[in-house]
Amino acid sequence: MLYNEVMIRYGELSTKGKNKKAFINRLAQNVKAALHDFEEIKVHADRDRMHLILNGADSDVVMERLTFIFGIQNFSPVMRLERDMEIVKKTAVEMVREQYSEGKTFKISTRRADHDFELDTNEMNQLLGGEVLKNIEGIKVQVKKPDINLRVEVRLNGIFLSCQTVQGAGGLPVGTSGKGMLMLSGGIDSPVAGYLAMKRGVEVEAVHFHSPPYTSPRALQKAKDLTAKIAAFSGTIQFIEVPFTEIQEEIKKSVPEGYLMTVTRRMMMRLTDKIREQRKGLAIFNGESLGQVASQTMHSMIAINDVTTTPVLRPVISMDKNEIIEIAKTIDTFELSIQPFEDCCTIFAPPSPKTKPDLDKAREYESRLDIEGLIERAMANLSVSKINVGQTLEEQQKEIYSDLL
Amino acid sequence: MIYFDNSATTQVEESVLETFVKVSQQLNGNPSSLHRLGDKADGLLQQSRRQIAEVMGTKDAEIYFTSSGTEGDNWAIKGTAIEKRRYGKHLITTSVEHPAVKQTMAQLASLGFDITYLPVDEQGVVSVEALTKAIRPDTILVSVMAVNNEVGSIQPIHEIGEILKKYPTIHFHVDAVQAVGKIPFDLGEHSRIDLATFSGHKFHALKGTGFMFIRHGRKIAPLLNGGGQERGYRSGTENVAGIAAMAKALRLLFDHKEEKVAKQRAIRDHILDTLAQYPKVKVFSSKTGAPHIVCFALSGIRGEVSVHAFENENIYISTTSACSSRSGASSSTLAAMNIPDKIATGAVRVSLTDTNTLEEADQFLKAFDQLYEQFKAI
Repeated sequence: MLYNEVMIRYGELSTKGKNKKAFINRLAQNVKAALHDFEEIKVHADRDRMHLILNGADSDVVMERLTFIFGIQNFSPVMRLERDMEIVKKTAVEMVREQYSEGKTFKISTRRADHDFELDTNEMNQLLGGEVLKNIEGIKVQVKKPDINLRVEVRLNGIFLSCQTVQGAGGLPVGTSGKGMLMLSGGIDSPVAGYLAMKRGVEVEAVHFHSPPYTSPRALQKAKDLTAKIAAFSGTIQFIEVPFTEIQEEIKKSVPEGYLMTVTRRMMMRLTDKIREQRKGLAIFNGESLGQVASQTMHSMIAINDVTTTPVLRPVISMDKNEIIEIAKTIDTFELSIQPFEDCCTIFAPPSPKTKPDLDKAREYESRLDIEGLIERAMANLSVSKINVGQTLEEQQKEIYSDLL
Repeated sequence: MIYFDNSATTQVEESVLETFVKVSQQLNGNPSSLHRLGDKADGLLQQSRRQIAEVMGTKDAEIYFTSSGTEGDNWAIKGTAIEKRRYGKHLITTSVEHPAVKQTMAQLASLGFDITYLPVDEQGVVSVEALTKAIRPDTILVSVMAVNNEVGSIQPIHEIGEILKKYPTIHFHVDAVQAVGKIPFDLGEHSRIDLATFSGHKFHALKGTGFMFIRHGRKIAPLLNGGGQERGYRSGTENVAGIAAMAKALRLLFDHKEEKVAKQRAIRDHILDTLAQYPKVKVFSSKTGAPHIVCFALSGIRGEVSVHAFENENIYISTTSACSSRSGASSSTLAAMNIPDKIATGAVRVSLTDTNTLEEADQFLKAFDQLYEQFKAI
């Protein structure tokens, strides 16, 4: 059935006091962005609900997209009808029939905003309930916990029917918490961290370190593909590619093996922080999970985090690998993440990096480098691109090869 | 020229050939190479796979490229036998399969596997009941063709699938070489088919190309070991140009498919109806069969003689199947249908494609009428 309206219920927004209005506006903006190609849709953002007037847009496509938008607790497709009981009866039966399968129960819950309507609440419930019972064989009424609850609202401007509630993505509208830099490697964890950051309202920008020829074009493409996947939750993501070859070569030349990883991470952190400053971000996000690898012990965090006072937030810090994989699968990044291309974190990786690096030693070894010069040259050659949802290699290949195939 | 031998092979579509040439000239890297040229070839390979999966209604990862229908049949059967030999050695197939299935089964029989060949009725259709009865605890594979290549009978693939839903450990292989683009064919989530074989040159792509459907989660052993192409399941440098051309041909095959099938069916019906009026003609195909195959015999005249007689009129048909026509053996499908050898030796096959026309059918029937008169006295 194609519906003509969708009603959206807000998540936590309702509790945000003074900021509530800003949150609702931002959500409306995000919803509009996600539905940008449907110009006919009108978005009305009220204090408690948001109403989308579809004006002929395909409600199935609209609902599919809404499930990705943070800040929505749930939503219901709605049929807005003329105040003509014949039409209401017919539509009510159709809607229940669509949800019905053997053994399911239903009820009708009517609310009247217009108390002058010819039928009162009970009469409406009985009339429509009778109609459903008459037309759908085997269906039973169940008032307490029905499988199908057909809600009917009588208002001056029409009668509204809905019987489906679709779970939304929850969280806060992307952008309401400010901007953050996501250190995106290409592994399983960082896209998940980015997704979780967005879930809490962060506008994420992806920072990726690239060391050609040690890292391959495919590794870079993989990072971009992952970005395109998580862009589903915000529409677009800025992708910032950092040239890292010179820095890695310098570190390899000057720093003892045990501290290669620590110093490399310090440089990455410094660069990310610089980029954050330049782009007016508020925090840095990464995919570190405590104890997972040498760089993710608390000792390492002391040695690496030392280069900045900016909050470094780690959404997956307490998760087991399996829990992270679980999320990666639901956001469809897992299959991409496990493609085996070497990234900056694995090239030059010593067989046994220090799991308990000493901060003073890290600082000392690092002082052998021309830190400022290295940072400056990398910053001068950043490459920033906008990645849209779905703009993956697959999509590009489809286009490139379309004339051959 | 009238080409009515499309089940033997089809003419390569011009735009398909263009793709083959362009790819050979411009994207000739080895998809496994790490450099840009390899990347490009690999990109095209993967896009071809996605396009085929989309047309067939499967997942990308369920499509594997092969060199032919014969390879696919061999792989499905031997691959299952090797993979599942510890669980059982019993395989079920029909008595009307293509030699690529039949001979593979025979080879497995010589290696100690036990093969059941199901009989068919006079229409060339296998009985679901007989199949159900043949299933044993040690059965590892059921292999049934979707459309018979000699007479065009359609096997009850869906019904067999429904039966096999009760036996989830048995692999279900379907030789779909003659079925693709001709009859509806579901490989989606609700289908029970585990393995399906396809051949490119039967749908206007080039010879030496084919693909296999292997359902996600099903495992068969590779036949070709080596460099690990096709995710380790089918080694050998990919024939990228041939594969891209095949992906294109398959897309074209499904463009306006309903119309094309209806057109072939109309031609087929016209030929069937006309032939039925000749007393000395025995028709083996029926209107319930595939829309593109007509198999019939002119009594007393060997099939080979008919083929050459039509050839003189510039009309190309074949004895029952191209693969066995040179060996001089009469049709094994007809034998399985209990057609006496004397009649079966006269069998010839007309097989259509979407570019054939009713006018061609009329010309063919006119030539047939003349031959009929000529041969009648003999």
